[in-house]
Amino acid sequence: MIDKKFKIANKIFKSRLIVGTGKYKSFSECAKAIKTSGADIVTVAVRRVNISNKNKARLMDYIDPKKITYLPNTAGCFTAEDAIRTLRLAREIGGWKLVKLEVLGDKKNLFPEMIETLRSTELLTKEGFKVMVYCNDDPLMAKRLENAGAVAIMPLAAPIGSGLGIQNKVNIRIIRKQTKLPLIIDAGIGQASDATIAMELGCDGVLINTAIAKARNPFQMAEAMKLAVISGRKSFLSGRISPNLFGEASTTNKGII
Amino acid sequence: MNIKNKIKITVNGKQMQITPKFSLKSLINKLKMPINKIAIELNKKIIDKRKISKIQLKKGDKIEIVHFIGGG
Repeated sequence: MIDKKFKIANKIFKSRLIVGTGKYKSFSECAKAIKTSGADIVTVAVRRVNISNKNKARLMDYIDPKKITYLPNTAGCFTAEDAIRTLRLAREIGGWKLVKLEVLGDKKNLFPEMIETLRSTELLTKEGFKVMVYCNDDPLMAKRLENAGAVAIMPLAAPIGSGLGIQNKVNIRIIRKQTKLPLIIDAGIGQASDATIAMELGCDGVLINTAIAKARNPFQMAEAMKLAVISGRKSFLSGRISPNLFGEASTTNKGII
Repeated sequence: MNIKNKIKITVNGKQMQITPKFSLKSLINKLKMPINKIAIELNKKIIDKRKISKIQLKKGDKIEIVHFIGGG
């Protein structure tokens, strides 16, 4: 079966797996894991340059933004103003317009602050940004983000970095039914089967950082996630059988002795 | 250089002293920052990197220089 292309803001991407670049032991480990994952979009954060150590390695020296799409995020932002400031700076570094908005409201659970997130989506869209929005799994809020101009809806599976997997499949399915925008599970994936479930629910993609970066073997996990996303997508497209409470023999009774 | 002639500025939260008529470009060069991998804010205003040679730094200026790091 031929799948439709994975398209965000009119740009086609090969892989439905997006990976984060945080929490790795080194940039070389990060670069190798990304390569193994097959991802062609990576999230990155904006921070101060260390002016006292000028020779310190930089992410851009290891992951070439000409070969892989950088998706600047707003990690650590708690207000619309913080987020807009951060993404304007990201745009100035090299012209990035496709961005990941993440406005948090709760330092402990890292849940998104949806009022500020919605306001930021409106403001950034007016400025010409293409905004992929990290959000909670609330179908009503997802609709409002879509109306505000979001180019992708990215609900959490569970709190960022928790590895708990998809906690509310029903809401994800409802959001899937109501939107034609790319739907990407962002945050909370713990293992490959979580990524497969996300894809089987009809999501267009999955964004994973911690589950790969902090795995005992990040390279093997990167490959597992790549396969899990492909597998889940194929499973979704293939049309699963209806679940049945009772058994149904695979072997015919015809010709039984 | 007479210390009185020096100007105090803040770069990424750290105090620095520069000589008068020091341009933003000279600061970036002095810090050996790769211009194509950074963004610059001067007193909370984003600076067009093509214009940094024309900007002269003043006493009390607050400069932020940022780049990309790993993130999720």
